[in-house]
Amino acid sequence: MSAFSAIGEEREIDQDEFTPGLEPQPTWCPGCGDFGVLKALKGAMPQVGRTPDETLLVTGIGCSGKLSSYFESYGFHSIHGRALPVARAAKLANPELEVIAAGGDGDGYGIGGNHFMHTARENHDMVYIVFNNEVFGLTKGQSSPTSPKGHESKIQPGGNAKAPVRPLSLALASGASYIARTAAVNPNQAKEILTEAIEHDGFAHVDFLTQCPTWNKDAKSYVPYVDVQDSDDYDFDVTDRREAADMMHETESALYEGTVLTGRYYVDEDRPSYTQEKRDTGALPEEPAAERYFDEDADWERSADLMHRHR
Amino acid sequence: MSDELIWRIAGGSGDGADSTSKNFARALMRSGLHVFTHQHYPSRIRGGHMYVEVRAAPEPVKSRGDGYNFLVALGDSFARNPQEGAYYGDEEIKPLAENLDELREGGVIIYDTGLFDEEDVEEVGLHERAEENDWHVYGIDLRGTAREHGREVMRNTAGVGATAALLGADLDPFEEIMREGMRGDVLEANLQVLTDAYESAADLEFTHDLSFPEGGHDEQQVMVSGSHAVAYGALDSGCRFISGYPMTPWTDVFTIMSQNLPDVGGISEQVEDEIAAASLAVGASHAGVKAMSGSSGGGFALMSEPLGMAEMTETPLVLVEAQRAGPSTGMPTKTEQADLEHVLYTSQGDSNRVVLAPGNVREAYEQSRISFDVAYDYQIPTILLYDQKLGAENRTVPESFFDREPSPDLGSTLTEEELAEAAHDASGKFHRFQYDPENGVSPRSIPGQKGGRYLASGNEHTQSGHITEDPDLRVAQVDRRLRKLESIREDLNGRDLQTYYGEEDAEYGIVSWGSQQDTVEEAVDRLLAAGHSVQAVGVSQIMPFPREEMAGFIEGVEEAMVVEMNATGQFRGHIQRELGRYGDKLTSLLKYNGNPFEPAEIVEGFEAQHDGDASAAPETTRTEPAAGD
Repeated sequence: MSAFSAIGEEREIDQDEFTPGLEPQPTWCPGCGDFGVLKALKGAMPQVGRTPDETLLVTGIGCSGKLSSYFESYGFHSIHGRALPVARAAKLANPELEVIAAGGDGDGYGIGGNHFMHTARENHDMVYIVFNNEVFGLTKGQSSPTSPKGHESKIQPGGNAKAPVRPLSLALASGASYIARTAAVNPNQAKEILTEAIEHDGFAHVDFLTQCPTWNKDAKSYVPYVDVQDSDDYDFDVTDRREAADMMHETESALYEGTVLTGRYYVDEDRPSYTQEKRDTGALPEEPAAERYFDEDADWERSADLMHRHR
Repeated sequence: MSDELIWRIAGGSGDGADSTSKNFARALMRSGLHVFTHQHYPSRIRGGHMYVEVRAAPEPVKSRGDGYNFLVALGDSFARNPQEGAYYGDEEIKPLAENLDELREGGVIIYDTGLFDEEDVEEVGLHERAEENDWHVYGIDLRGTAREHGREVMRNTAGVGATAALLGADLDPFEEIMREGMRGDVLEANLQVLTDAYESAADLEFTHDLSFPEGGHDEQQVMVSGSHAVAYGALDSGCRFISGYPMTPWTDVFTIMSQNLPDVGGISEQVEDEIAAASLAVGASHAGVKAMSGSSGGGFALMSEPLGMAEMTETPLVLVEAQRAGPSTGMPTKTEQADLEHVLYTSQGDSNRVVLAPGNVREAYEQSRISFDVAYDYQIPTILLYDQKLGAENRTVPESFFDREPSPDLGSTLTEEELAEAAHDASGKFHRFQYDPENGVSPRSIPGQKGGRYLASGNEHTQSGHITEDPDLRVAQVDRRLRKLESIREDLNGRDLQTYYGEEDAEYGIVSWGSQQDTVEEAVDRLLAAGHSVQAVGVSQIMPFPREEMAGFIEGVEEAMVVEMNATGQFRGHIQRELGRYGDKLTSLLKYNGNPFEPAEIVEGFEAQHDGDASAAPETTRTEPAAGD
């Protein structure tokens, strides 16, 4: 019997279960796009059939990092940029957990950029939601990795000289096997994309456009938006990485020219997840490693049995 | 110590002398001797002067000796700077030339006439120096023998064969080890090289009187390195997750764990950097698997943030820190004890961690296990601080030492049954961080357990984990986390982690920490024999510090000399900071040239301090007087 009876429990799940009862009301500004992520995620959970007790939400630092405070589940509000390494080890320790990671664009594409690249490369079976508001909000408006060229702030008084990163292209080049962009203003699409992303067996990167009404006033509430799958103007195959790459490039550029493109950009159902790859090399146990500590009958190996090598 | 052999095999890095020396030491162990090895090598893949020393005697040996008495100079087949006047000197002759200063009077030299140029040998004055020092020199064509039967690299084996002949040793244990480790043509060729070299050396006219020490063990011995001891302690503690990034010398522990974990249901992850490495260990531990990470100084610096995260989220975590000479890249393959302050205080906020520094191979195993016990019982990061010296040294230990039961217990972790009875918020969140536990420890749950939901946060938090900046709650949580350290201090005080050696109620004290302990003990033997009244203490419990115990030791002596491998007396400073006094009683003997202390350096350093004559201290060391002197 599993020591983790919440895992795999079959029952009806209500999205209200993911709303903390007494706990803090979100401290996000009125009109903040982060509310949209919270709502979409709560909506997705009953769809994928996972309960709060079998879900671990790991967040970074910033307004986005507070998602784990307002979403009822096991949570780990980690440190700036490090949500992914914490999350992927939890997944390895217990692959049966539903592990979701989330953070902002500074968190994921800036300070944690190296972890983003390597987690995508390894194709861990988890979702990574990046709240992309094109600005550092909590620290008051500095340019972020996705701020447009020319973005002005107290640190960048003459305008940001850097071109923004291309998050979707970066995820593709790094090895992510599900890549999408959605927007807080598009709740139905957001819920659908998060549901697909959670169900996807591999690293699913969702670049989530979250308007910042306080520090990014000019921008943009990300309306009107276009769903590239629904529009007749765009036609590409999400399973073809060359076509996907072209579409991503166009989408990333268009954002800074006032056209908000969203949708699924790349889906590779064939690439095995890291859990699978590691099991195939004999380097990950079939049973979750975390289970054994609760098994009173487990027979633990002893170094004494290795001593013959040292005689 | 006339019946001891200190055999040094010197050559170029990458020439295989390291594995040969391990086999040599194991063969000596099998013949009934106790052994201790010391490794000296450059930060290069191929070429550059390296040596390994094997000290063997009928009685247990616990340190490198003073100098050595048998040299096998192989020659460096990857020498890069053969020209005279080259910046790094003439590398070809180094395996011979660099080792002469430390060879004892009456010592034996085998040098490879197949590789060394006789003119170069003349130039370093080998033969004149041999005459002056009563050295016995045997030029043997090891390379030729190796080439005749196999490949050039087998000249190591030829060196072993020639050594055995000159010492009158039986070849059986050497052959036995080869048969266990090699197969087919390689084995046959090596056996031929061994026998051939043995026979040619046996035909020489011997002038030395050094012979193979004879010994016998009461029980089965095993040869284990400090790095193996750390890794085996972790495995026996139920550690089944390691994450890391390669860095010398920590890589040894990482490698040993990675080779063993798949066989025992464990997981090893080599990741993009040390920030990730320590963060992964936090994530795995949070999700219910006993986990460790580690690095050496520079990599450990990157772990500062996840270390603080583990302190704040009270995630059990074991980190090992294998020190090497710093700052920055420093001297990657050389030893030092200069990361003490780094490890104690790195990361923002009030430091809240445990630091242990084992004094030898056995303690490395025991304290590796204690690190896991403490980390998981008290939900705190524990750092096992050692160094290149201890990690790389091999020692004989009775096999029965390792015959112990594993301890995979997750410590202060609740089961689902216990969680059902535990305190929760009205919203269902488990009170993971209760304010009032007397020993500071509030039991934890593991994700996936029913009824254990909580938020782990690097922000200050309430009892269910929610972020708070309420002043009263803040103080309550800080105080509780620090109470854990007091509970641990008491716990560790009961585990006798300090090792005392020498005369009780002595006039003078010698204090060391970590890996210098056993070398100090050998020095104490000599100081006592010379009529000094001295007692040594090797300290392992670095944080939380054994305050009363150490104050008692220092109270009892007139003066205490702190021996450590760094330039600023970090441990002496730590003692004073912890005890708030005794600046006028503590002196320093420091060494920071990259090589560990030899016992004689400590003897001479002690006498220099004792006589108040700093100029009498060995040139390789530096002394500092007590404050006010």
